[in-house]
Amino acid sequence: MLSYVLFRIALIVPLLIGLSLLVFVIGRVLPGDPAALAAGPYATAEQRAAVAAEFGLDQPIAVQYWDYVTGLFEGDLGRSIMTRRPVAGDLALYLPATLELVAASLLLAVAVSIPLGLVAGLTANRAPDMTISAGTLSAMSMPQFFLGLVLQLIFAMWLSLLPLSGRLPFTVAPPPAVTGFYTIDSVLAGQWHTLWLSLVHLALPAITMALAPIAMITRIMRASTMEALQQDYVRNARALGLSIRLILFKYVLKNAASATLTMIGLYVGWMLGSTVLVEKVFDWPGIGLYATNAILNQDFNPVIAVTLVIGVIFIATNLIVDLLYGVLNPKVGDR
Amino acid sequence: MSARTTAEASGTSGGEGLARAFYRFRQNPLSLVGLVLVALLLFLAIFGPLVAPYPEHLAGEVSVLDRFKPPSAAFWFGTNEVGQDILSMVVAGAQVSLLSAMGVIVIATLIGTLIGLAAGYFGTWIDEVLMRFTDLILTLPALILAMAIAAGLGPSIVNMVIALALAWWPGFARLVRGEVIGLKEEQFVVAARAQGAGAGRIIFRHILPNVTSPIIVKMSLDVGFAILAVASLGFIGIGVRPPTPEWGVMLSVSRSNLPHFWWTAIFPGMAIFVAVLAFNLFGEGLRQALDPRARR
Repeated sequence: MLSYVLFRIALIVPLLIGLSLLVFVIGRVLPGDPAALAAGPYATAEQRAAVAAEFGLDQPIAVQYWDYVTGLFEGDLGRSIMTRRPVAGDLALYLPATLELVAASLLLAVAVSIPLGLVAGLTANRAPDMTISAGTLSAMSMPQFFLGLVLQLIFAMWLSLLPLSGRLPFTVAPPPAVTGFYTIDSVLAGQWHTLWLSLVHLALPAITMALAPIAMITRIMRASTMEALQQDYVRNARALGLSIRLILFKYVLKNAASATLTMIGLYVGWMLGSTVLVEKVFDWPGIGLYATNAILNQDFNPVIAVTLVIGVIFIATNLIVDLLYGVLNPKVGDR
Repeated sequence: MSARTTAEASGTSGGEGLARAFYRFRQNPLSLVGLVLVALLLFLAIFGPLVAPYPEHLAGEVSVLDRFKPPSAAFWFGTNEVGQDILSMVVAGAQVSLLSAMGVIVIATLIGTLIGLAAGYFGTWIDEVLMRFTDLILTLPALILAMAIAAGLGPSIVNMVIALALAWWPGFARLVRGEVIGLKEEQFVVAARAQGAGAGRIIFRHILPNVTSPIIVKMSLDVGFAILAVASLGFIGIGVRPPTPEWGVMLSVSRSNLPHFWWTAIFPGMAIFVAVLAFNLFGEGLRQALDPRARR
């Protein structure tokens, strides 16, 4: 098992090198002349040269890439052209907000979709299944930014039940930063009112982001439940008179867990991609909103950094999922 | 001889196979709903300007007095902040959305199919290099990758289509590669090789025709998601820009009109939802009709 873990970790190294090269090409080579963009449309040739020298853009591309990669090892992600602030510092500020949102949506998605998929699978092709299946198909077609707007319209603007946007009201100070997750930090500081406020602020964006994964995981769960019910050992257990609840927990759920786990690995990547939309709708100060603003300003260092971070999180999540999969399914881990 | 074997192997290329596939397609009422909606969308995309109730509004000929009119008999979907009829805008938006989404899928299919054919057929280091590159692209969410590429290329509709296609092809490459690996040991391929056919001839005359139905199924399923992606980029502000009538852009502009002028957001949003749903239903029906493995 340990050698398998080491083998899987070793496989990641070339992927990370490739990723850094890819994001560098997209961020620095594609735009053509980043210095001209950075200096602005009315800059003189000298001003442009000064900006190029300041950001190391006058060096050959290979040297620039080398400097960039060596900088990565020191935790240096370059500086923003617009604000001149170090990108690494910005990310430290915005990444926890995104991770908190993604974690909340993932918890919500799993909590809702597993029972839903189980019910649909058990009542296959009857009324409850038909309703759930129609719902999942519609949910998959729902644009997130539209769903977010509709939720804001109904729950924040018309009913005034939940806050419109942001992580906390402007009048409330964030809890002392430990993890950067406002929910966890407010618990650690014992600030229960802040915890409540951060939870209600989290509600609408988390629901918005969770809907499509709920639909997908429900479908997978439904299919694997139906498949498990067809298995000989489950039929045998039923014939022997084992209670349906015992069969569900012992066989069906266990079987369905590995299929669902793989989906969750894929969905973390998808959720990180959709943060750009959800964070824009809810003014959620995470890396998605940060990346969007950087892209609109053609500020290449933050774009490279966010792309890189998202790629790394995706690779890491899938590694964890694969290793967990090996635990659930010993046949895989033995290789 | 070889052409016939090829048609038989695919099982759906012949007239009889198509009739059977269409029969299976009709079995599911949801697929038919999808088909009707897709046909309606294509009709709007082609004849939109002719059926829009106020085509002159699209060119900017509007009356200030018509600003923010709620839905009524004259303006079914209401009017927006400059007095444009939203129904006309939504109808015109079908053209932008469908054309760009189809452009994305066609380019992505071409790139992905070529890479998948090469990787699957030649195997060895070619397969290794191409598939590692594919995996690399897949580590980035398509939307993020497309945003970054679109930012690098500069804002325009064509660049947005290119950016999305460059982020979209890996799915096709993996699909085609998997199919080709299964097919290349089949009798008709071995027979063609024994007759002295070159790699190009085998790939394009014998293998490709047998991969077309899974490719078509994935294309039709993906158009819906491409419509979603185009609208997403429009909403963020990359890609299609105002005043081009695009659903995502309309939704983005409408945010400042809420909550009072809710119709400026609801109708463009519903248009995206219905369009994506239509292609999902249609594509799902096509998959069940054409893919023998999906029929359970």
